[in-house]
Amino acid sequence: MSGLQEALLSGAFSVSAELGPPMSADAEFVRKKARALKGLCNAVNITDNQTAIVRMSSIAASCLTLSEGVEPIMQMTCRDRNRIAMQSDLLGAYALGIRNVLCLSGDHQVFGSHPESKNVYDIDSIQLVRALSDMKKKKCFINGKPMKFPPEFFIGAAANPFADPYELQMIRLHKKIEAGAEFIQTQAIYDLEKFEKWMEDVRAAGLHTKAYFLAGILVNKSVKSIEMSAQVPGIEIPQELMNRMRSAQSAEEEGKRIALSLIERISKIQGVSGIHIMAVGWESAVPEIIERSTLKSKS
Amino acid sequence: MIIADQKPLDEVLGYLKDYKNIAIAACGTCVTICLAGGLAEAENLAEALRIARGASGRPASVRVFSLKRQCDAEFIEEADLELRWADAILSTACGVGVQFMAERFQVVLPGLNTTFFGASRDAGLWTEMCQGCGNCVLERTGGICPVTRCSKSNFNGPCGGSSKGKCEIDSETDCGWQLIYEKLKSLGKLERLYEIQEIKDWRSARDGGPRKRVAPLSCADELAVEQNAVDWT
Ligand code: SF4
Ligand code: SF4
Repeated sequence: MSGLQEALLSGAFSVSAELGPPMSADAEFVRKKARALKGLCNAVNITDNQTAIVRMSSIAASCLTLSEGVEPIMQMTCRDRNRIAMQSDLLGAYALGIRNVLCLSGDHQVFGSHPESKNVYDIDSIQLVRALSDMKKKKCFINGKPMKFPPEFFIGAAANPFADPYELQMIRLHKKIEAGAEFIQTQAIYDLEKFEKWMEDVRAAGLHTKAYFLAGILVNKSVKSIEMSAQVPGIEIPQELMNRMRSAQSAEEEGKRIALSLIERISKIQGVSGIHIMAVGWESAVPEIIERSTLKSKS
Repeated sequence: MIIADQKPLDEVLGYLKDYKNIAIAACGTCVTICLAGGLAEAENLAEALRIARGASGRPASVRVFSLKRQCDAEFIEEADLELRWADAILSTACGVGVQFMAERFQVVLPGLNTTFFGASRDAGLWTEMCQGCGNCVLERTGGICPVTRCSKSNFNGPCGGSSKGKCEIDSETDCGWQLIYEKLKSLGKLERLYEIQEIKDWRSARDGGPRKRVAPLSCADELAVEQNAVDWT
């Protein structure tokens, strides 16, 4: 069973972090980042060609991470592979010891390093969740044909508590969980009030009893970084936090403090089972955040 | 209808450079309406070719022919004799017309880039509406095509990039799923969005290889009956 699943089952407040593979074949790059997170979190998301920029495959980087004793959550997007390649990669990933998969649509390739490429989207992210769940529960391929030794992944999906229209996003969350998502990682949270309201609706629908919710925390390094975060669709940053970053003596320290206080308050919200820390381009801050937040995993 | 764009003049001049008698075959249907390859555009293109070829010291005689539809043998036949004059035909039909012409004549070259199936949304504005996936789901999606109007062809709702009703690919493009949501909401049918849409069988689309349509049996029977009737008299 996946270590992350075990931790969540045991009721331990869990922590996942994020590791972006390099735009090269440099294994040491991945190993080093993985080592820095060892013993600090329950699992680490390994992104799949994020922002459609070609990077080391998430399977390979997940494997390297695993070999450093850190459990990966392999991200898989629907952008680049058809159902044949996806299922084949899933079988391979499981054979290599990967146990967690996060199913995503993937950023459209127009943003990436190869905007000229063909756009695949043979299946969508909810259908991918369903396919993983069918492999596990019905022991079958997407075509319904039986599989002898099916992969039994701990299945994740993403949700954005701040995206509009709210109602539609909620329907989608319902569907993801109905399709078989067992854990949900959220978009970065800055606006606690809105997030609390969202969790209230999650609880009212009983979704927190069907899937574990890991709340996203983004650690900002500078005023520029928080300003960039503010531009990401679906991220809303209260003015007060922007001001705090702008007037801080050390933006780095302030960014960490903001993250720490968010973590503190989020960890008290009912139905939240853990946090997912993102520090894009500032991974080195993550160990300190975890240490200082007293969230250090017991594993 | 089928929408197309004119190819850049330089590209066309490039592949016409070895020909002296050039026929431009305009097409009277879709590409006339979308102002890409109708008679007026063909006349303009002919003039531009004459001038450019003259200026390059290798003049060509360029004539324009107007065909009603190049995707129909009947209309190609009508122009057949006249078109034989040319040593190259530049067709300003869509890719279908160019290919159909090329089955009949030796040298047929494309004058347009065929782009999509779309509607005339406004004066001078055409937008893509359908990709001919072969298994239409519009009944389920409030008459808005998720295959075409969602940049990721999502079947189960919007991706995380949908923002303020626009698609993540650019702020000018409506998010198809926002449109589907609004329409179903106005119909009081939002609950339909809770249904998980199964993985699509893409064989009915281009993914299954080049497609053909054979007239359904009932039509074929009628044709056969007519045929027989003729035979007996
Ligand atoms: S579902 Fe298929 S046939 Fe229907 S509009 Fe969309 S692409 Fe065209
Ligand atoms: S933003 Fe909307 S239209 Fe664009 S890819 Fe996402 S769901 Fe599809």
